[in-house]
Amino acid sequence: MEKKAHNIDINEKAISIKGLYKSFGDLHVLKGIDLDVHKGENVVVLGKSGTGKSVLIKILVGLLKPDSGVVEVLGKEVDKLSQKELDALRLHIGFAFQSSALYDSMDVRQNLEFPLTMNFKNLSKGEVKDSVEEVLEAVGLIDKLNQMPSDLSGGQRKRIGIARTLILKPQIMLYDEPTSGLDPITCLEINELINEVQQKYNTSSIIITHDLTCAKETGDRVAMLLDGIFVKTGSFEDVFADKDERIQSFYNYNFIK
Amino acid sequence: MTKKIRPYIFSRGIDETFKGVYDAFAFIALFFKQVFKPPFHFRQVIDQCYEVGIKSLPLITLTGFVTGLVFTKQSRPSLEVFGATSWLPSLISIALVRALGPLVTALICAGKVGSSIGAELGSMKVTEQIDAMEVSAINPFKYLAVSRIIATTLMVCVLSFYCSFVGLLGAFVNVHANDTTSFSNFFQSGFSDINFIDIFSSVTKSLVFGFTIGIVGCYKGFNATQGTRGVGKAANQAVVTSMFLIFVEEIVIVQISNWIRFF
Ligand SMILES: Nc1ncnc2c1ncn2[C@@H]1O[C@H](COP(=O)(O)OP(=O)(O)OP(=O)(O)O)[C@@H](O)[C@H]1O
Ligand SMILES: [Mg+2]
Repeated sequence: MEKKAHNIDINEKAISIKGLYKSFGDLHVLKGIDLDVHKGENVVVLGKSGTGKSVLIKILVGLLKPDSGVVEVLGKEVDKLSQKELDALRLHIGFAFQSSALYDSMDVRQNLEFPLTMNFKNLSKGEVKDSVEEVLEAVGLIDKLNQMPSDLSGGQRKRIGIARTLILKPQIMLYDEPTSGLDPITCLEINELINEVQQKYNTSSIIITHDLTCAKETGDRVAMLLDGIFVKTGSFEDVFADKDERIQSFYNYNFIK
Repeated sequence: MTKKIRPYIFSRGIDETFKGVYDAFAFIALFFKQVFKPPFHFRQVIDQCYEVGIKSLPLITLTGFVTGLVFTKQSRPSLEVFGATSWLPSLISIALVRALGPLVTALICAGKVGSSIGAELGSMKVTEQIDAMEVSAINPFKYLAVSRIIATTLMVCVLSFYCSFVGLLGAFVNVHANDTTSFSNFFQSGFSDINFIDIFSSVTKSLVFGFTIGIVGCYKGFNATQGTRGVGKAANQAVVTSMFLIFVEEIVIVQISNWIRFF
């Protein structure tokens, strides 16, 4: 599968993070993070479990507050916004949860309709139906329309989770470990899906993963998060050309084992 | 939610208790801030009312009926000593409307509804469904909590009158079997001693009880942590805490309405 050359606009920043610190009590998780995501770019964040990858993107959508630092998403400083402004911004951000986080009391259709109908009250039934079908088509699960989330496989749930974020036509996608816990073939499908989404909706994305295949397939740029800072950022090849022992062991574990 | 670590003011336990009380009041304040602000989720409120009603109706019917029946049966010998069994209807109706109806209903709802709210919201919390709502610009407090709190407040009130009524039916069965009092006579003498203050304090009580059950269930659910264990804990604490509060409120409201009665 070849990587698509999409149009990255390096003059426009979708996400800009400067000097971000975050700790929980005594636990210092993020210790001075700097990262820019340009418009149309897929940035992969790699890192060990528990290094604060999820915390990082939760800060981007305002689920967690940074201790210090500047976090700008689409030109707005996330932690300075009023609730109303934050909600307006959130409509442009798709957040695919690590756990999929589908509403388990609703079937697939209701899950997909929910963000749409709650935010845009005056949509017609037909418009909602079209949107639902469009995103289901995009993730290739049109036949699961009336199933309950509990009846779906893990991979299907991830796809529906992604579909649910796509329905609001986000400009930014944040994927939290989209391939974790999936078999290699499903992983490849999800990678493809991420690239398709990027092309079709022209999103800028952060993809969190510790799966190097996923990183290689989807990332225009890779950022390596170790001990609370990005020790290395660059193309996949650049990052893993680094002699840093921790980076090398990350690579070896994934490919040589 | 996160907080800066700082040395404890008193001790860990005391500090956390105060923090818990503060958080709970903040939660209540948030409810009143949100409840009158659009958007209103009427559909959700109706659904929740239905849930609350359906969940507890069979048990309340049974408990109410048995309470009325047994209470009458047990009071009868004492009144017979004074030849005052004709007072039974009004005694029972005062007992049911003033005290037993609201209290029994509230305790049953705390058990059935409170625990299920705690568990449901708790599991939504630990599986990040609440976060998912928030990031799609939907206010989860409003959508999930406010609608449930309104529903429990209203429904506990309705159910407690229903419970009193069913209790009176139970009482009637006993009274009719022993004294062959007619249905209309029974209710006439039953209601003759019920005044406005009784009804008012009973309504107030059950509104407060219902509100308590909703608030506590939602609060525990929204603050659930630690995965599946946290869900069970949230459900359990929702019941224990709301029952405790219901007893405290019962005592306070009875005291206040007795003062009012003297004026
Ligand atoms: N709300 C919170 N309160 C307290 N500590 C938290 C909170 N969220 C995360 N942490 C802590 O922050 C650290 C980083 O968590 P995070 O979920 O970001 O890890 P991660 O890099 O996403 O790991 P994984 O790959 O396993 O998902 C962990 O040690 C976690 O315990
Ligand atoms: Mg994570």
